Amino acid sequence: MFTLQELRKSVIAALWFMFLTFPILVIRVNPLERTILWRWENMLYVGLGVFFGSYAWRELLRRKERGLKRRAQGQAEEKTGFFQGLAENPKLILPALGLVLGITLLFPHLVNPYQISIMTLALIYVVLGLGLNIVVGQAGLLNLGYVAFFAVGAYGYALLNKHFALGFWTCLPIGAGLAGLFGILLALPVLRLRGDYLAIVTLGFGEITRIVLENWGKFSGGPTGIRGIPRPEFFGISFSLSEAILYIYYIMVFAVILTIFVINRLQNSRLGRAWVALREDEIACQAMGIDKAGVKLSAFALGAMWAGMAGVIFAGYNTYINPKSFTFMESVIILSIVVLGGMGSILGVVLGGLIMILLPEYLREVGNYRMLIFGSAMILMMVFRPQGLIQSKRKAYEFHQDKGAA
Amino acid sequence: MEPILKVQTLTMDFGGLRALNRVSLDIRKGEIVALIGPNGAGKTTFFNCITGIYTPTHGDIFITPPEKPRLRINGMKANKVTEKGLARTFQNIRLFPNMTALENVMIGRHVRTRSGILGAIFRPPSVRREERETAEYCYALLKKVGLSAEVNELAKNLSYGAQRRLEIARAMATDPFLLLLDEPAAGMNPSETLELDQLIRKIRDEDGISILLIEHDMKLVMNISERIFVMDYGSKIAEGAPMDIKNNPLVIKAYLGEESHADA
Repeated sequence: MFTLQELRKSVIAALWFMFLTFPILVIRVNPLERTILWRWENMLYVGLGVFFGSYAWRELLRRKERGLKRRAQGQAEEKTGFFQGLAENPKLILPALGLVLGITLLFPHLVNPYQISIMTLALIYVVLGLGLNIVVGQAGLLNLGYVAFFAVGAYGYALLNKHFALGFWTCLPIGAGLAGLFGILLALPVLRLRGDYLAIVTLGFGEITRIVLENWGKFSGGPTGIRGIPRPEFFGISFSLSEAILYIYYIMVFAVILTIFVINRLQNSRLGRAWVALREDEIACQAMGIDKAGVKLSAFALGAMWAGMAGVIFAGYNTYINPKSFTFMESVIILSIVVLGGMGSILGVVLGGLIMILLPEYLREVGNYRMLIFGSAMILMMVFRPQGLIQSKRKAYEFHQDKGAA
Repeated sequence: MEPILKVQTLTMDFGGLRALNRVSLDIRKGEIVALIGPNGAGKTTFFNCITGIYTPTHGDIFITPPEKPRLRINGMKANKVTEKGLARTFQNIRLFPNMTALENVMIGRHVRTRSGILGAIFRPPSVRREERETAEYCYALLKKVGLSAEVNELAKNLSYGAQRRLEIARAMATDPFLLLLDEPAAGMNPSETLELDQLIRKIRDEDGISILLIEHDMKLVMNISERIFVMDYGSKIAEGAPMDIKNNPLVIKAYLGEESHADA
């Protein structure tokens, strides 16, 4: 392990990182006193850190390779991660669900309104992740403009409320429907596309939506957006600020439960199987009699509907929307939630959403380093566990030998 | 009796390349027919034209499903062709690798089932029943091809021979009257090939499905098929019973030096 070759690799890595970090970590220019502070000790730390870190890195890689090899030879049972193990233990499912539900219901009474509002935002992203999971995780259609449907929902509520004084609850289904319609509109021209090409077209679609909202001032209020969007009310009763925060939190909890329920049912259905088959092999899928166009349209529309619903709730939650909330970066974050959590896995995406949104919030303590920690965590995750936190499992069927005999 | 598949002067051009040149062929009900020829003769292109993956340049393809009128299927979409009762397997296996064996077969059932989005969400008794029936029907098919122990195994983890059989089960799930098999024995060892031979006969005898297969394993072809069509350079060069084909000088010429086991 401590061969000359290994030593050389580590020394080179250390020197390279020392060179790369030299301008930011070593030199500090003080423009007022016109002096330069040379902090050579930082260079030493970087060098030492990378030197030993690279040993650890290689060791971890080797371990992963060994694991893969063992699995290929069929010697070892597939090693399950911590979360995966929890998710697959049938004895734990009911108590775990009860515990999670208890915590979610009690949570807002234990913390301050700021925390509730962060959690609500995280739940909005969970719904977005679950919706995108249909399109990307199930049907395998890479959609980089998903945030456009979120925007359609949010602006749908804001504008319908402004011009026609429609309430939150009326707009919720309308927003979802509108977004679903946009999903079909986007899907129609891209029915023939796949992979990279599809990704670029959807990216363009997302950007068009944002740019239209930003520039069509008369319609959308332009860059200043729309303010004074009413919070949701309860049969005509409106709430004080702190009550409203709590109320939206519960609406969002309900929305997440509804989404999980519906998506779970879709996944284990005739349509859900067709989505996965489309992802796996398009030509075989068509040769087996599945109408490719219909299946793609349904995936796009059903994925978009959840974004529309989340958009309406987001508008009610923020009471103010502008195009800045619907940039390409948001699409990337939603996609990261899906990939980090585990493509196609509902529980994975829920965890992914919570982690992606809550972690940066709570890392504010460490100041400027939070994005650095966050980024490195994602890199490590993708290198060592590319299948995501929780790998999706196919449904297993039970048959008795006498049943279903030909 | 009217042939269930009638192909007339089928021609397929790819740019300047003529891959199929006025090929005619017909298959009667209950027949096992083989399509052979050296590599690159256009056999798979022929399959792709029939099953709607390519639209032929000239010619006609007619099918006569049981108790239905004759139908021209040129340029029909692949999924429509399957719906009409033609199912196929692929030369380079095209299963859904990350789905279980049973789910693969259930996809074949898609075209014969009806439940939609609302059915999936609310799951009324009719949908539950359809799902249960689908699963049991597909399990029976897996049993038939000898994969009842691998029901919940991912398709990609199955052995090569098992993947070939799974493809046949998946194609059968679409309720075809004609099954098109593209090199079903490729990569199989002699005992697996023998099992395949029996399976193909069983499918014909028990389910009344006619079979058209492309195959390079001459022993299997000579054993199993009642008629053989031979193609070379995009044209049909011979047709007839296995014995006639074996002794046909044109066929021997086409194979000579390219396929050492042509006269095996």
